[in-house]
Amino acid sequence: MNTLFGLPVALDALIRVLIIVSVMTVVVMGLIYVERKVLARFQQRLGPTRTGPMGLLQSVADALKLVAKEDVRPTNADPWVFELAPFLVFVPTFLGFVVVPFALAWSVRDLDLGLFYILAVSSVNIVGWVMAGWASDNRYAMLGALRAVAQSISYELPLVMAMIAVAMVADSLNISEIVRGQAMVPNIVWQPLPFLMFFICMLAEMNRPPFDIPVGESEVVGGPYVEYSGIRWSMFFLAEYASMFIMALLGAAVFLGGSAWPFGEQLGLPWQILLTVAKAGLIIFVVIWTRASFPRLRIDQLMSFSWKLLLPVSFAQIMVNGLILVYDLPYGMSHTLLAVCSAAGVLFVASAINRSVTSPRPRPLLIPRSEAAR
Amino acid sequence: MTNALQPSEFEVQDIMINMGPQHPATHGVFRMVLQVDGEIVKDLIPHIGYMHRGAEKLSETMDFRQGIGFMDRTEYLAQFNAELGYVMAVEKLMDIEVPERAQWIRMILCELNRLSSHFMFTGAFGTDAGVFGTSFTYAFRWREEILDLFEEITGDRLMYAYFRPGGLAWEVTDNFEARVRQVLELSKQGIKDIDGLVTNNEIFKARTQGVGVLTKEQAIDWGTTGPVLRASGVQMDIRRDEPYLFYDQVEFDIPIGQNGDVYDRWCLRMEEMRQSVRIVEQCLTKLQPGPIQPERMPRMLRTPPGEVYIRTEAPRGEFGIYMVSKGGNRPHRLKVRSSCFANLQSLRDMSIGQYVADAVLALGSMDIVLCEVDR
Repeated sequence: MNTLFGLPVALDALIRVLIIVSVMTVVVMGLIYVERKVLARFQQRLGPTRTGPMGLLQSVADALKLVAKEDVRPTNADPWVFELAPFLVFVPTFLGFVVVPFALAWSVRDLDLGLFYILAVSSVNIVGWVMAGWASDNRYAMLGALRAVAQSISYELPLVMAMIAVAMVADSLNISEIVRGQAMVPNIVWQPLPFLMFFICMLAEMNRPPFDIPVGESEVVGGPYVEYSGIRWSMFFLAEYASMFIMALLGAAVFLGGSAWPFGEQLGLPWQILLTVAKAGLIIFVVIWTRASFPRLRIDQLMSFSWKLLLPVSFAQIMVNGLILVYDLPYGMSHTLLAVCSAAGVLFVASAINRSVTSPRPRPLLIPRSEAAR
Repeated sequence: MTNALQPSEFEVQDIMINMGPQHPATHGVFRMVLQVDGEIVKDLIPHIGYMHRGAEKLSETMDFRQGIGFMDRTEYLAQFNAELGYVMAVEKLMDIEVPERAQWIRMILCELNRLSSHFMFTGAFGTDAGVFGTSFTYAFRWREEILDLFEEITGDRLMYAYFRPGGLAWEVTDNFEARVRQVLELSKQGIKDIDGLVTNNEIFKARTQGVGVLTKEQAIDWGTTGPVLRASGVQMDIRRDEPYLFYDQVEFDIPIGQNGDVYDRWCLRMEEMRQSVRIVEQCLTKLQPGPIQPERMPRMLRTPPGEVYIRTEAPRGEFGIYMVSKGGNRPHRLKVRSSCFANLQSLRDMSIGQYVADAVLALGSMDIVLCEVDR
């Protein structure tokens, strides 16, 4: 195994962990600032302006405030479960960072089953949510936690299926190899439907609007977080934004060509990092945009959307992919077929959504004032 | 814990969730206790009274000019509409003829107030539905323009106390008409913006269509008025049925919902906003220079003994003032017929059998002002 500067494996691992945690913390602080600013622009506001130039130090101020705040634990809370819950959300999220490639030869560990690994660890944090909801001894928290479980389980499946579909096309589960395979054409061209499903499921996994049902402010007032304060609450928050960043990086790597497209190989490391960050930033921007413009779904609509639409469609995508790839057609032909089938799938999903919502219904009548009453 | 394993221990129980008085979705200090089975609302008990300040009783200690200010505080989103009811009651008791110009200006201000109140609704309701603050800022931007105009005229952003028995407190600003036209243009833009952001949003439709349905019969039985009643398909608008001010001299349409659900209430209010713009535009063409107070007004307002009930169509429904006078300069008894109080009672019928999230929407769609409910 390659270690940094030939250090012992244990020390090397420790250094890598430290790098992950410190980099992620800084990135998360940046993300929070960006989200607040971008959201403010969508809402015709200014966002933070007072802390530092252009409010740049807002996240620092927030972090300081959160650290200095009293860490309250409700009397009726289950002490161990309550205090452990943030760690169970925080740690698995950060574990996902291990395999995400920043540049072609730049990831913490280049695992052969990287895609599998990242999907596996990213679903562990739901245990922390349930613990938080249960231990808080608060009905809002409990309701939120149960919603979170239902949502997470339902959207885990289409997410995995979408990833399997794209892994079939890329012929690998190693994320670095998937990235390298996209040097010419990014996977989104061949597999638009899995990308769409990945994006939707990513929003649901991260509890971002319009899938913020477990934490919905106007319903369950923050859900599992409701009794947390200070540093423990900030750990949840950190995990939330860290998972957003990781998911965006994953999406950029698997679908948008990551650091390889265009000209990643030829133009060297800085260009590759720039590509990764720009693509991840684009995904994050769309996530924020979605947050600014969509109302929240209801829990039954959320479930039926996943089980009745996304999951069958993802199975169909996998079957079609298998059918096309099993015949060993020439590259151009097989991939054109893939792209066409997947695009047709996108159209199908869009029309299904459209059909389910825009049922014809009578508009309000307009009765002129001068018309006689009744 | 001897009976810990009794069968009854394993029976599924509904849980009670206490929403409010400090809950982001309860628009003030309203409390509802939800009995939920999982996510389904089995029963809902509304608790009101947290904002009770005894406004009606206090009004008995104040003379007719001081009482106007109290109406602002009763209905703090449709202040002009509330003041109007009060001053009309006094005028009817004293038999005062109000000059035409004052009537037209009152009408303009009331309709603009309806606009600003409905803007407030669109913003707050969007937040209930989960649009993270965007509908709120969209709506408030345009509401702010209207409030600026009100501030120019009355000197206050919220508590105007501008209507007086007999007319208005003082003449409007010189550029009044131009400013109103400007505000109307901005409001049209605002209505378009909110329509684009929310009304045709697929998720919004999915969330609101068929939710919180109130049938025609239920709506009438509960005594609901205003948009809630009209959304259920009942044609009732006091501006048309018992015209006050000069509502019989302007043309406007009354939107009537056909499904009685939350989406209808939303669409109805959006349509009412367009109609309000239309009414104000007509008022502006008919506005003539003239006096804003009758020629001879007594310095001290004293009413003869009598009682009077005035109904006006406020943004949230019928706003009634029942005033009893035994002579003298203050009402012997004042009763405010609150539109929200009656509307709010229908919440239980709207919410039972629906999801918790729908109960929140049903509450939001009634556009309650707790100050008016509790008085």
